[in-house]
Amino acid sequence: MLNPQLTQDGRLRHLLTLDGLPKSILAEILDIAAPFTDVAEREVKKLPLLRGKSVFNVFFENSTRTRTTFEIAAKRLSADVINLNVSTSSTSKGETLLDTVDNLCAMGADMFVMRHASSGAPYLLAQHLRATGRDHISVVNAGDGRHAHPTQGLLDMYTIRHYKQDFTRLTVAVVGDVLHSRVARSEIAALTTLGVPEVRVIAPKTLLPTDVERMGVRVFHNMEEGLKGVDVVMMLRLQNERMQGALLPSSQEYFKFYGLTQEKLALAAKDAIVLHPGPMNRGVEIDSAVADGANAVILPQVTFGIAVRMAVMSMLAAGN
Amino acid sequence: MNLPDANQLRDLLVEQIRAAIKPETLIIGIHSGGAWVAEYLHRQLGVATPLGTLDVAFYRDDYASRGLHKSRKSTIPVDIEGRDVILVDDVLYSGRTTRAALNEIFDYGRPARVDLAVLIDRGGRQLPIAARFCAHVLAAPLPPESKLSLQRDDAGNFSLEVKSA
Repeated sequence: MLNPQLTQDGRLRHLLTLDGLPKSILAEILDIAAPFTDVAEREVKKLPLLRGKSVFNVFFENSTRTRTTFEIAAKRLSADVINLNVSTSSTSKGETLLDTVDNLCAMGADMFVMRHASSGAPYLLAQHLRATGRDHISVVNAGDGRHAHPTQGLLDMYTIRHYKQDFTRLTVAVVGDVLHSRVARSEIAALTTLGVPEVRVIAPKTLLPTDVERMGVRVFHNMEEGLKGVDVVMMLRLQNERMQGALLPSSQEYFKFYGLTQEKLALAAKDAIVLHPGPMNRGVEIDSAVADGANAVILPQVTFGIAVRMAVMSMLAAGN
Repeated sequence: MNLPDANQLRDLLVEQIRAAIKPETLIIGIHSGGAWVAEYLHRQLGVATPLGTLDVAFYRDDYASRGLHKSRKSTIPVDIEGRDVILVDDVLYSGRTTRAALNEIFDYGRPARVDLAVLIDRGGRQLPIAARFCAHVLAAPLPPESKLSLQRDDAGNFSLEVKSA
């Protein structure tokens, strides 16, 4: 089957998920991102790669960090950026997703960056563009439901590579609410594709998908055991707003068993790095002492996120 | 075809440039052949200012068809504002690389002047660009399907190579 994310000659057409994306493309994105990290230090913080292109940030769900870093990335590439917070506009008046998109295409969109609460919404958009002969317009998934958040996964990989260089010697633990986390799915897909020999997930049973082992991970319910000797700790946010029903007794109890404290982190490798996609719930999944500590690389993640998003957008512009 | 000896050309270029070098002059080489030439000039001329390098991939007008592979970091080690710059490339052809390099340089600041130095001019310009320093001009322009490039061996010796597509 043809991967809808790739052109016939194997270039990136859309970025919808990291699942099934070849290692060569993942590595290429990380390689291309590297020189973009320097742009912020220049007199003119701009490159001309997306000059004259219109990038529409269409967010059907709230976001600050992701939307802002996409906006900065597009602007550093000289694109015109239009931000739409659709949760407060037409759809609330009853317009369908595809009608909204058709209208934005009529306004001259070249690229959509889309976040949606429903898994698969960016696929629907990509399919619709193809079916209506507008294949030259690219779609970047900025998070869809519980499914995927590919640029977050990529910036995490960039961060890991920056600090640890070689993926093939690492033990990585993904900790927390895997069940509701699109970030976890993208991270695990990328880690396994890039050749990390041991990916662990650490979570209570109620916060794991039933078929989690099929993703090629080792499952731990005990955090102390799971953290032993790991090189990278990838924390997940406890998704309060996605939590339906009583999956957890209380956030205090969650912190006691699955919150990352200095004591628990001491079980990991001495030079282990701690990642978190943000926004953090201090005192729920992560202790402030760790979040602000020497092992945390949470703010560099944000900075690298701009370069990685620049890489994705310029590759899409080149591929289409 | 007979190509000139690239090692002789680089020494010719050193002599051409020598009078134009001031302590503040910044030499910038364009990846990858131009950077090799720039490195040689920088060493032979004993230039005090550290060497700069550019990868103009992000500034090319044809990046969509060439792709973004193999791009490297551009390094401009000093403030470019008000400085004399000598931009170095191995082969001068359409002038598009030079145009891209000029655009990138101006994103770092406003130099006082920029001169272009090349090892060899193969003809076929598509833009109004000329080199102030040029060690050799081919008597007849190479046809567009030919690719002229600079090679450097492990001992640091240069040679020119023509490939026809």
